[in-house]
Amino acid sequence: MTEIGLGHYLTLGAVIFSIGIIGIFLNRKNIIVILMSIELILLAVNINLVAFSIYLGDLAGQVFTLFILTVAAAEAAIGLAIIVVYFRNSGTIRVEEIDKLKG
Amino acid sequence: MATDGRMFWRLILKLTISIDKMIVHAIFFYTFSIIAVVSAIMVTASKNTVHSVFFLILDFISISCLFIMIGAEFLGMIMLIVYVGAVAVLFLFVVMMLNVAQQKNQWFAGQATSKHIPVGLIISTLIFFEIIIVIGGWKYKPEIFDINNSLASTSVSNTHSLGQVLYTDYIHVFQISGMILLVAMVGAIVLTFRQRSGVKKQSYIKQISRERAEGVEVLEVQSNKGVKIDD
Repeated sequence: MTEIGLGHYLTLGAVIFSIGIIGIFLNRKNIIVILMSIELILLAVNINLVAFSIYLGDLAGQVFTLFILTVAAAEAAIGLAIIVVYFRNSGTIRVEEIDKLKG
Repeated sequence: MATDGRMFWRLILKLTISIDKMIVHAIFFYTFSIIAVVSAIMVTASKNTVHSVFFLILDFISISCLFIMIGAEFLGMIMLIVYVGAVAVLFLFVVMMLNVAQQKNQWFAGQATSKHIPVGLIISTLIFFEIIIVIGGWKYKPEIFDINNSLASTSVSNTHSLGQVLYTDYIHVFQISGMILLVAMVGAIVLTFRQRSGVKKQSYIKQISRERAEGVEVLEVQSNKGVKIDD
C-alpha cells in the first residue's frame, strides 16, 4: 500500500479515462464540456505513457507524450474554432439542438 | 560498546530515512491523485462551464506535480505551460466569448436526458474494469523487448536525455508535430476568419498607382471668375 509502483499510476490513468468517457456520455448540454472530457482522456493516456517510460527506463514514452501533447493542443484549437463558427451561424452550442446532420 | 551504539543508531537512521522516502512518495501520490480524480469528476459534473474549466486547470496542475515527482520534470513543466498557459486559457476565452456560462449544465436533473446516464455508466465501468484486468495480468519480460536503457544513467538530467533522443532518434516525430501545429494554426484562422462587407479599407495599390495626370489639373484662372470644380 505504501510502496507506489507502476500499477498505481496505471490505475490512476484508468480512473481518469473512465471519468472522461462518463463526461462524454452524460453531458448533454454543452459541447465545450465534451471537448474538456476529450482532454481528460488524452491526459490519462499521457499518465500511462509517462509511468511506463519511468518504470521501464525507456525514454520513448516521454517523446510520444510530447507528441500527444502537441496533437491535443491542435485538437483543442481546431475544435474551439469549429464551435465558434457554429455558434456564429446557428446561435447555440447545446448538444440537443445540434441536429442538422440528423445523426 | 560505544561503536556498537553508534552503528545501531546509524542503522536506525538509515532505516527511517528509507521508510520515510517511501511513505512520503505514497503521501504525495495519494494527495495529488485524489485531487486529480475529484477535479476530473467536477469537470463533468459542475453546473457552470467556467467552473469546469477551472477544475480542468486544477486537474492538469496536479497531474503535472505527479510527473515532476516521478522524475519526468520536463514533461511536467511543459504540461503546465501548454495546458494551463494555453489550452485552458483558450477554453476560458471561448466560454466567455460565447456567453454560455448562464447555460446551466444539468445532466442529472433533466427528464429527457436521464436515459443516457445508465448507458454511460455501464460503458465506462466496463472500460474501467477491462483496463484493470489488463493491468492486473500484465507482466514485464525484459528479454522480449530490446529497449535502449537511456534512463539508466542518472548523470544527466531528464531534460538533457530527452533532448538527446528527441533531435536524433525521433527527429521525424518532432518535425511531424511541428507540421501538425502549423496545420492547426492555419485551419483555426481559416475557420474563424470572416470578410466583412462595407468596411472602408486603405488600398495601397490604388494609392501607389496614381499618376500626376489624373490627380492634378492646372487651370488658367481668370480674374474675378473663379474656378468651377466638377465633382
